[in-house]
Amino acid sequence: MSEPILRIEQLNKSFGALKATREVSLDLYPGEIHALIGPNGAGKSTLIGQVTGNLMPDSGRIFLAGEDITNRKVAERAQLGLGRSFQISSLAVELSVRRNVMMAIQATQGSSFRFWKPVRSDSALLEPTADILERLGLTERASTLVAELSHGERRLVEMACALALKPRVMLLDEPMAGMGSEGANRMVAFLAELKQEVPILLIEHDMDAVFQLADRVSVLVSGAVLAHGSSDEIRNHPAVREAYLGEETD
Amino acid sequence: MTTVLNSLKPQALVSTLIPQTREHWINLLLILGLVGAALLAQYLGERFYVNLASRIAIIAMAAVGLNLALGFGGMVSFGHAAFFGLGGYVAGICAYHAFNMNPALGIGFLPEGTNQMLTIWAFTLVLSGLLGLAIGKISLGTSGVYFIMITLAFAQMFYYFGISWPAYGGEDGLPIYLRNELPLIDTNNRLTFFFVAAAMLLISLWLSQRLMGSRFGAALTMARLNPVRLATTGVDPQPIKLMAFVISAMITALAGALYADLNGFVGPNMLSWHFSGELIVIVILGGVGRLYGPLAGAILFVLMETWLGGVTRYWQFWLGLILLGVVLFARGGLLGLLAGRDKDV
Amino acid sequence: MTVALIIEQILNGIQLGTMLFLMASGLTLVFGVMGLINLAHGSFYMAGAFVTAIVAATTGSFWIGLLVGTLAAAAIGVVIEFTIIRRLYDRDHLDQVLATFALILIFSEGTYMIFGSSPMFLSIPQELRGSVNLPLDISYSKYRLAIIGMGIVVAVGLYLLISKTRLGMRIRAGENDREMIGALGVDIKTLYTLVFALGAGLAGLAGSTIGALQSVRVGMGEPVLIMAFVVIVIGGIGSIKGALVGAVLVGVVDTMGRVFLPMTLSNFLPASQAMSIGSSISAMLIYIMMAAILAFKPNGLFGSK
Repeated sequence: MSEPILRIEQLNKSFGALKATREVSLDLYPGEIHALIGPNGAGKSTLIGQVTGNLMPDSGRIFLAGEDITNRKVAERAQLGLGRSFQISSLAVELSVRRNVMMAIQATQGSSFRFWKPVRSDSALLEPTADILERLGLTERASTLVAELSHGERRLVEMACALALKPRVMLLDEPMAGMGSEGANRMVAFLAELKQEVPILLIEHDMDAVFQLADRVSVLVSGAVLAHGSSDEIRNHPAVREAYLGEETD
Repeated sequence: MTTVLNSLKPQALVSTLIPQTREHWINLLLILGLVGAALLAQYLGERFYVNLASRIAIIAMAAVGLNLALGFGGMVSFGHAAFFGLGGYVAGICAYHAFNMNPALGIGFLPEGTNQMLTIWAFTLVLSGLLGLAIGKISLGTSGVYFIMITLAFAQMFYYFGISWPAYGGEDGLPIYLRNELPLIDTNNRLTFFFVAAAMLLISLWLSQRLMGSRFGAALTMARLNPVRLATTGVDPQPIKLMAFVISAMITALAGALYADLNGFVGPNMLSWHFSGELIVIVILGGVGRLYGPLAGAILFVLMETWLGGVTRYWQFWLGLILLGVVLFARGGLLGLLAGRDKDV
Repeated sequence: MTVALIIEQILNGIQLGTMLFLMASGLTLVFGVMGLINLAHGSFYMAGAFVTAIVAATTGSFWIGLLVGTLAAAAIGVVIEFTIIRRLYDRDHLDQVLATFALILIFSEGTYMIFGSSPMFLSIPQELRGSVNLPLDISYSKYRLAIIGMGIVVAVGLYLLISKTRLGMRIRAGENDREMIGALGVDIKTLYTLVFALGAGLAGLAGSTIGALQSVRVGMGEPVLIMAFVVIVIGGIGSIKGALVGAVLVGVVDTMGRVFLPMTLSNFLPASQAMSIGSSISAMLIYIMMAAILAFKPNGLFGSK
């Protein structure tokens, strides 16, 4: 096996008396989907926050492609290739789908101080935007305002924006949440294809999707990794079943 | 892809010149109306109305500057009078020293002023750019209400400075006895001066249009709508906003220089916070974040000032009521009313 | 430059600071609790002064005038809050700025229409005329000293109100979490009206007392309003403590600068130049101070994010 693209080593984070993350170590290899599951309040958001840089860990280290990013800022991590789609919608809803994706493409080209050339005829922006929209099946909706999209479509646009940044790793925080079964199926198919290109750290409530997609699964309970293994191993893991079925209702 | 191909066809080129939407038609009408009114007034010998058209063009230009920061950048600057007044004082002080043939600021080695508008404009652009950079840098370190109050406070600082600096008229202001000059153009002719003002307005409108259509404009729009998103894509919103603020300051300052020449006078009232407020009102009355909103707003404002002001001394009372009504009930402004919702892409 | 002069100017600065505190505490409360930026706050200052001048002239008593003026400003505050301001709480700051700017125009022009442009006069009450002798051979105006005393009383009163009473508890809850006080079953609309009226009343009180030192005229509230903005930006928006510290700081720096800067400069420059440069710089002093403080503390001295 090659080097892991993302490596988390013995992360700890407390909020006062609450230990939200305990000695968590995880890794993600090229070409795989590593799913992170756990009941509500298990500390998944806290963990993700530390990976993206919104939260600082109390101890432990995070490496992206061998580089220590533990003390890097959010924007720096993004530039180094850490892509994410957000749990809450973070698009500019007043703009069209195309405009939103174009802005992400523009960011990768590092060229926001160009004052003259109109973007609406700038093929360096329009072509990659059109490619990404087509991959996600959004071509028809390109000129629609994000405000007019369904919830599922918005998640696809978020995905498009995240992809436009050409990430080396994707953090996906519940990409299926609030999607109908048809949208969820589309997303599953897309992610299965995407992982060859970009390895994915996936946080997802939809267990069917997780077991369908994930190459490896880690179970987080009370801030610590309770179990770790292939989808089949986790599905049949007694401690996991107990922790999960005991608390999880949906 | 289709957009790319379309833009290469000749029809596409033509279509950018011929109005396509109702908003485009209204924009064209606003400009033609202003120019037509000036020509008609000249023909009828109504000097007052020719100057009124110049006044509208200049105020509109100042508001175009503000609109870049306020409408497109989402920066509620309550201090653009500082830039407007700066331009005015540059024109006034240059003319003052050229007229008296003594060195600027009373310091021996400085040049003896100038009566050339082009030189004055260049000075104005440099100085207002630097001032915009300084004020913008400090103010953008904050946000929301702080930004509003700090820009207001900075403008007040210059207002009080203008009032208490006796060398250039202090509270009484500074007259410009001879209008400053341009090469080949007779600026003393009312109509010619109007065309200078109108040309500057059109240039600033065109500049705003190019700017907002560019990558910079896209980034500025995102910085206004969702700065967090912009930051997470790796683009820092602050330098983008600062640049927009500086350009905005420069346009408003240039309008100020023209305004001083139009009136033959510059005084601290050009620096007052009432003027900052009126500029915001003009942008809002016209329709915030719309390219031609400032022009629509300036026409409306100056006409109200002239006509309501002719009927009653207390016209600002009625302005207040109208403004209150617009804020509470008609948020799109005049262009919003006439042209419907703003269309993107 | 004698010690007596310095102390006298410090007292003048504190007296100006007292006025600024009355204005700024209302502004900052309204912003802290309701999230509203109110440009028309200076109108309550003006309203207080006008009503006081009229009532004092009719009844012959400054004190009745002061009481009625303060209450009238608060009452106008209630009416304005009820009809207009409460529609603005959910709006963005731009709308708030515009609507309250419109209110300034309406108030100022309306006052012109009724009272004309010539100023009204309000005289200092008999018992506070003249000066008192302080230690170190300083004689100082009784009235100004009384204003400082009143400022201390108001500051203590506000402190007690906010930290010890039920209303204060609700105000503090409102600053922290608007949803929460809704959940506590507090009638939020009444609370907002009360807070707004309190701010308006304090502004009216400031206008009434200053009316006796200066003339009562349209537009008198605007310079004070803008200085009050500087105060709350320095102190941190939403913080009463910040308003107090900022007000005294601004009052003292402004007053001292105006007196001592030209004097100091005259040691190096010809008198006329020292006068003009000194007065120009001192006019800018508080703004320079504001910029300097913001450069290090973007949220002001006591501001929270």
